[in-house]
Amino acid sequence: MNSNINRTTRRAILGGASGLAALMLIGGSVSAAEIKEIHFLIPGGAGGGWDGTARGAGMVLSKEGLIEGASYENMSGAGGGKAIGYLIETAERQQGTLMVNSTPIVVRSLTKVFPFSFRDLTPIARVIGDYQAIAVRPDSDIKSWGDVVDRFKKDPRSVKFAGGSVRGDLDHLVPAMAMKAMGHDARKVAYVPYDAGGKALAGLLSGETELLTTGFGEAIGPHRDGQIRIIAVSSDRRIDGIPTLKEQGADVEFANWRGFFAAPGISGEQAKAYAGLLKKMQETGTWEDLRAKNGWQNLYLPGDQFAAFLAKEEKEIGDLMRELGFLK
Amino acid sequence: MWEGITTGLLTAFTPMNLMMVVVGCFAGTFIGMLPGLGPISAIALMIPITYGFDPASGMILMAGVYYGAIFGGSTSSILINAPGVAGTVATAFDGYPMAQQGHAGKALAIAAVSSFSGGTIGAILLLVAAPALAKVALSFQSSDYMALMVLGLTAVSAFTAPGQVLKALIATVIGLMISTVGTDPSAGVQRFTFGSLDLVDGVSFLLLAMATFALSEALMAVLKRDEVSEAAARATAGDLGSMRVTREEVREIIPVIGRSSILGFFVGVLPGAGATIASFLAYGAERTFASAKEKLKFGKGSIRGLAAPETANNAACTGSFVPLLTLGIPGSGTTAVMLGALISYGVQPGPRLFQNNPDVFWAVIISMYLGNVILLILNLPLIPYIARLLALPRQILIPLILFFSLIGVYLVSFNTFDIHMMAGFALAAIILRLLDFPMAPLILGFILGDMIEDNLRRALTISDGSIAFMWERPLTAVIFGLTILTLLAPLVRIIRQRRGAMLSGEGG
Repeated sequence: MNSNINRTTRRAILGGASGLAALMLIGGSVSAAEIKEIHFLIPGGAGGGWDGTARGAGMVLSKEGLIEGASYENMSGAGGGKAIGYLIETAERQQGTLMVNSTPIVVRSLTKVFPFSFRDLTPIARVIGDYQAIAVRPDSDIKSWGDVVDRFKKDPRSVKFAGGSVRGDLDHLVPAMAMKAMGHDARKVAYVPYDAGGKALAGLLSGETELLTTGFGEAIGPHRDGQIRIIAVSSDRRIDGIPTLKEQGADVEFANWRGFFAAPGISGEQAKAYAGLLKKMQETGTWEDLRAKNGWQNLYLPGDQFAAFLAKEEKEIGDLMRELGFLK
Repeated sequence: MWEGITTGLLTAFTPMNLMMVVVGCFAGTFIGMLPGLGPISAIALMIPITYGFDPASGMILMAGVYYGAIFGGSTSSILINAPGVAGTVATAFDGYPMAQQGHAGKALAIAAVSSFSGGTIGAILLLVAAPALAKVALSFQSSDYMALMVLGLTAVSAFTAPGQVLKALIATVIGLMISTVGTDPSAGVQRFTFGSLDLVDGVSFLLLAMATFALSEALMAVLKRDEVSEAAARATAGDLGSMRVTREEVREIIPVIGRSSILGFFVGVLPGAGATIASFLAYGAERTFASAKEKLKFGKGSIRGLAAPETANNAACTGSFVPLLTLGIPGSGTTAVMLGALISYGVQPGPRLFQNNPDVFWAVIISMYLGNVILLILNLPLIPYIARLLALPRQILIPLILFFSLIGVYLVSFNTFDIHMMAGFALAAIILRLLDFPMAPLILGFILGDMIEDNLRRALTISDGSIAFMWERPLTAVIFGLTILTLLAPLVRIIRQRRGAMLSGEGG
């Protein structure tokens, strides 16, 4: 890992120098073809969702010959805050680095887990998304979202949601949003936090809770195996015939996106070049295989549009969290 | 099922996959021996390599690495009191004192054989009963887990020598307190972080274990130079590398291995428990069952105290494959990494795995058995050489221990703050040790504190704030009952002894 960092530093210096030379020669037009290598900074440990996305993207980009090589660096800590801080502090030598991140960057900057937000970075592009699923045990009496609401109206404590994140984080927010959209008190949603999605699944299966709220990609495997039954998905249209929250009366559409960010202060051209590269990546067959295997949805959104989306999401989630009492 | 086992055998015994097991075990042992690198890092290192393999080979390689790393981890616990993985903390309790008394070779050999037996018995149980055990994995709820962790905490009693009870309890509470630093596991609120980003994730196990065990031990050796050189002389005079175990000792540990592997396996099957809890429970149980005389040896170099956690730890690692393979639920960080790898191969672990991919399912189980055999063959001949490490002159060994423990922690976090914090903890640990506080209860409290809190708060949310689950849920009540029995057993014995003494006094 150490050599990785050294290599990056050296490469960044070299890259900076050759970039400068190119600027002087051709007057500042930097094209996508000039991105030869990408260093991926992963704010979490190996094997997690961020890790899979960054390594997957690097693999596709190299395999398809879009770049010559990719290197990876896992830096977990402070819910991703450590990697963000590192990218900001060492920005001038991180021109060749892309950091993967997802909806938690919005949530955790709101809850002040770390003192940064997406505004301190250069948003490159949103790449994929994972919708949220609400599931029950296959033998449950609850057959639809409507049944959940009926029970909730009688006694909110009778329908508890197991989820793989702390209170006030994604898995909690989606059922809360859905209840709010139907005019119920979102603060009454009974949410039981587990330390990972898998543990939450075990909680549901052990009979501890009636409902599970988790990423659709994580839930679809057990759903197909008949371990659980997904009763609602937070997408705009049905996936695999599973009804959406919207058609069941809760006007909510939500995807936990994953995307890439670059260091603050990189040039607009270079940011565009990265975004273009990621777009090309998503059009390849290798990517399609990877995407299908992992149950990801393509949700490409480049640069400025991505930043605008982030600002909108920050407001929506912020409002909801204030309503739920997680923010003051 | 037999058809499946044959398929598995055929898959596991291809030259390619056999090589995978050997390479995996070897690489894992080596990585595991370095304090700081545990099974998670070892497996994470392997993932990019396995991308090109077919799923069975990839999983076999990873299972080999997993075993090797756990096996290697006990080496540093025994030799230099540096448990790099939580699962080997209990191994250090008695393994390190044994090595200090000049029986390093013997301690390593007992650890190797215990690991082998635990892993093998676990693999057989897995082979016979994996699909049926899926139900067992789901039988525990948060309140049961909470009770189980509290039972694990009773292992602290092993460090309550006469007059030490209060000190052991204080050390436990300090450990519990340190575990509350960082982001709270249920509400996400930050506690005791003083606004510092470096404390948001709390204190890492590795850091605290290295500081209170390895660092403080090495520095104590400098402080108490005379005593240590005496011990060193004794250690070199005794045959350090000898692995000789007497027949009585073999007879003593065979039942321990039998009990601990079954206990360990079933605790491992529970997705919310795992190898660490299994090793503490086995250690505590063994001490509870020991005679009053044997009890005194615990924590000071008891072979039973070494064999029990080492067996349970390995049996639990095998057990943790039950929820992974049959339910798709990872019970530990390591199996979570493996789950990610399986999914990226396009294999969905779950109840249908052994119908859809019988080759993967059975090949992994059979390669576990194979991995255990290979680890034993690989490691037994090396033990005399590894044990001689302790014969190094102190002025070389101590700086080496300091170097490896500091580097081990730094390499995981790349954060210089951690080094400062580690030095602080080591200093505090030295002061506590000079005042005769035992360190084991501190680390025990630290490891279990998080899990107790997490499960308790979940249980309370589920029961809408009522604590009635403690006696209303039968499983929880039974485990609490066991805890109370464990705590009362010595009292009963003391009362009986006193009465006995009184009676004999009257008779005389």
